Amino acid sequence: MSLITPAKPVRVPSRTRQVRSQNWVAAAFLLPALLTLVVFLVYPLLSSFRLSLLNWNGLGNTARFVGLQNWADLLHDRVFLTAIRNNGVLAGLSILVQIPLGLVLAFLLDRAGRASRALKVLYFLPLLMSSVAIGTVFRSIYDPNFGPLNSVLRALHLDVLAQDWLGDPRLSLIAVIAVVCWQNVPFYMLLFLAGLSSMPAELREAATLDGATEPVIFWRITLPFLQGTIRSAMVLSLIGSLRYFDLVYVMTGGGPSNSSEVMATYMYRTVFSSFNIGYGAAISSAMFIIVAVVAGLTLRATRRFETEV
Amino acid sequence: MTATRPRSSRPSRTLVVLAAVVWLLITTLPFVFMVLTSVKSQSDIYSTPVWALPRTLDLSSYLAVLHGPFFGYLKNSIFVAVVSIVLTLLLSSMAAFAFARLRFRLNGLLFSLVVAGLIVPVHVTLIPIYLMSRAIGVYDTPFALIGPYVAFALPISIFILTEFMRQIPRELEEAAHIDGAGPATLYGRIFVPLCAPGLATVAIYNGIGMWNEFIFAYVLTSNPQNRTLPLAIWDFQGQYSSNVPAILAVVTLTTLPLIVAYIFGQERIIQGMMAGSVKG
Repeated sequence: MSLITPAKPVRVPSRTRQVRSQNWVAAAFLLPALLTLVVFLVYPLLSSFRLSLLNWNGLGNTARFVGLQNWADLLHDRVFLTAIRNNGVLAGLSILVQIPLGLVLAFLLDRAGRASRALKVLYFLPLLMSSVAIGTVFRSIYDPNFGPLNSVLRALHLDVLAQDWLGDPRLSLIAVIAVVCWQNVPFYMLLFLAGLSSMPAELREAATLDGATEPVIFWRITLPFLQGTIRSAMVLSLIGSLRYFDLVYVMTGGGPSNSSEVMATYMYRTVFSSFNIGYGAAISSAMFIIVAVVAGLTLRATRRFETEV
Repeated sequence: MTATRPRSSRPSRTLVVLAAVVWLLITTLPFVFMVLTSVKSQSDIYSTPVWALPRTLDLSSYLAVLHGPFFGYLKNSIFVAVVSIVLTLLLSSMAAFAFARLRFRLNGLLFSLVVAGLIVPVHVTLIPIYLMSRAIGVYDTPFALIGPYVAFALPISIFILTEFMRQIPRELEEAAHIDGAGPATLYGRIFVPLCAPGLATVAIYNGIGMWNEFIFAYVLTSNPQNRTLPLAIWDFQGQYSSNVPAILAVVTLTTLPLIVAYIFGQERIIQGMMAGSVKG
């Protein structure tokens, strides 16, 4: 086709002109998006760091520059350290519970075939619900007086296990994390189902012909095939766990006595209940640094892992 | 081999079914509890077993909620979600077109920076955006939510749509070029229509997130008249702290719109939710 196009030699100079002028075209197409990102994402991010250098209750021009004082205080703040630890527990359990459970369920659902189609609809329901809705429902479920969880336990004659789940500082974090898992496992299931759907059927068939059993297929074929998906799942769940807010805030507000506090709930209370804007900004900036560093490290670590395998 | 297969796979099949059923119960029982409790009277929830059907279908909670400011919250939710999604689609498809098909300096760098926006936690921007909304006078209006919603939807949307547009065959573009189409025509007449499935995915994925968004709505609005549905649950909790059926009626009502949408557009919505999985 192009062999006989007379226009071809003519297009060469016009293309160089085109390359030059595309800078302006591109600017026009990018400007609205970039402007929005600068105003609502980049500027606030930088502004947060600036605010962290102030001592300010948010009212009028009472702000006082205190340098790195807030950051120094943060390092000795027991509540903040508890919050980081709780975020760590959340991240650890997310990776140990949500990803394997999501993976196994996706594998089962994928194997179960057409019969599971109707069920799939129900499996993903939690993904549609807002965290406030989920938190509210589970607060009732955990309720020590009329909550179904305790009444089921009592009906099974497991009265000893009936607890004040959200009111007990030793249990609140775990009780909240259980709900976090309930909310997020369907997401990982979906992620792995997407990964599995791109797996060539020949891979399985060949393995079955060679006499491989289901568990062998899972460990030797499916798992290595899903490596990339597992890697993004890990990055997503780590980043997500470090900035978790909604469910914790709705269910416990970080309490009782900071037992379920995470960085975001502590930041929220510092700013909007104690009106300590500078300190709250230091917490949220620290959160950003932690998330960025962890994201970078995980990406690098899993990439190395991937090339080794 | 055919002789051994049924024997080895039968217990595993039972196991599969069992696991599927157990997980199904774990997923759905909270929903059953929610709806069941919302149609009980307040005294019933203390005097009857949790899983017992209500003695009488008590819809007074629903009536109370519907006669309250529920529709105001619903109206705000629809307004904020629709405006934010339209803006997100417009801005992200334009940017994706530039990243996927235009040659300009900094293309790679800017794209990486935009995608890096994925890791920014909303909480870091919360205080400055709150102060900003007060300064420009949109605080406590539904408009305050649109800017942050669009901005936080852009990185993932641009990422998805750029991938999408890169797959559109060059020949189409060249053919349009020969017909004398400029970049604007190319974008509007070829790329946007061909990206319709991608745009639907982006709209659904972000729509669910915006519909359920809590913290910006909580911080940037205060009057129930200006708040969105997730806040309806929150505000009702403050109001009816001990009336569990009423609270669960609100939760049911706020969840209903998405569940209805889900019943109709199941496959699409699942695809849309999967879009989030290409992150990272």
